[in-house]
Amino acid sequence: MFGESYSVSEITAHIKERLDSDPTIQDLWVRGEILNWSQPRSGHCYFTIKDAGAAIRAVMWRFAADHLSFVPQDGQAVLAHGKVSVYAPQGSYQLYVDALQPAGRGALYAQFEAVKERLAAEGLFETSRKRPLVPFPTTVGVVTSATGAALRDILHVLGRRWPIVQVVLAPTLVQGEQAPSQIVAALELLYGRDDIDLIIVARGGGSIEDLWAFNDEQVARTLARSPVPTISGVGHETDVTIADFCADVRAPTPSAAAEVAVPDQAQVRESLSGIQKTLTESALAYLHQKAQRLGDLQQRLDKLSPELRVVRHRQQVDELASALQRLGERSIQARRERLVGLVGRLAGLDPNATLARGYAIVHKQGRIVQSADQLSVGDELDIRVARGAFRADVTSVEEAR
Amino acid sequence: MEDLTLEQALGELEQVITQLDAGDLDLNQVLALYERGQWLARRCQQQLDEAELRIEQLAGNG
Repeated sequence: MFGESYSVSEITAHIKERLDSDPTIQDLWVRGEILNWSQPRSGHCYFTIKDAGAAIRAVMWRFAADHLSFVPQDGQAVLAHGKVSVYAPQGSYQLYVDALQPAGRGALYAQFEAVKERLAAEGLFETSRKRPLVPFPTTVGVVTSATGAALRDILHVLGRRWPIVQVVLAPTLVQGEQAPSQIVAALELLYGRDDIDLIIVARGGGSIEDLWAFNDEQVARTLARSPVPTISGVGHETDVTIADFCADVRAPTPSAAAEVAVPDQAQVRESLSGIQKTLTESALAYLHQKAQRLGDLQQRLDKLSPELRVVRHRQQVDELASALQRLGERSIQARRERLVGLVGRLAGLDPNATLARGYAIVHKQGRIVQSADQLSVGDELDIRVARGAFRADVTSVEEAR
Repeated sequence: MEDLTLEQALGELEQVITQLDAGDLDLNQVLALYERGQWLARRCQQQLDEAELRIEQLAGNG
């Protein structure tokens, strides 16, 4: 009939263990009104926090109570931070409070400080974590409201400074209860893309409550693990949010965030034209150097022109030619002299001279007659003498012996 | 036209001059080298002129 039984201590320990292992109630903020505030000599504070439907007993140890910045009073709305655990001797669970703030702005501020301290302790705000921005981003992700002035301002500034940048809007609510989870989702959406060079998280100005989503711990943590550099531009210049601490660069406003996100085309153009000038100058200097080298080589080459050599050769040829000519002339002269001799000798052989001495040349039918055998009686002979010629008939032929 | 870079042409021109400088060549060789040398020099000049013109045009368009 009876199953296994537990001692009161055993079951209480079991319940305590269950509570202590639930992370939600190990680190939480509870809001409500103070009831039955008491602070005995020990310095520890005992009270109840209640709202319309429930109440929870609370205790705050002296070391936490010493840090109270106000005097809690019954009926006061407060925000208490701490953990829920079991107080075994009374069989009750209670809230162990380590920080207590009046609700409203003070509470918000306290919450802000708590989150900030916690994240700072984890090193999320370390300067060493801050990444440099991309100098020339191609695509910028923007997390803000699709309908807000912040987006308009950002687009205006981006368009003026660096019109070629692509903007990917991850629209989100930027205030209200849904805002933190939407901002986280919008960031995650951008993290999932591989074309985003830079992310701007922005919201226009508003009350501290309006900006509260940017103090959300999840938003801060999500922002801190961005794969690309981030810029926050939330509210006005005087507003500081947790998101500002987590971003790589904190800009005072959405417009300012856009300013730092992209380079200014006017400046880029200016420095570009400077670079271009330098480029041209160095290219021309290079050419100049080559031209100088070429000039030197050209000069050396010109000095090596074969012209001189040709001139020298020509001279040689001229000399040889004139030597040749001289030789030729000399041999012609010799021949000429020989010719004169021969002509002289020839003159001695002139038949006319013989005729002049009284001889005659006898032709028969154009042939010189040298023998009487050539003749017959009645032949006509042409006879040439030194002066003139005459015809004769053969009247007799005397045979030669 | 031969496909020569400016550097190559300048280098060859230098070789040509060194060879000519050394002498002990016959006239045909000298003429051939000299002709090649002048051709190379003209070609370098032309390349430099073209490059300069292009640089000036490009700079002018900036």
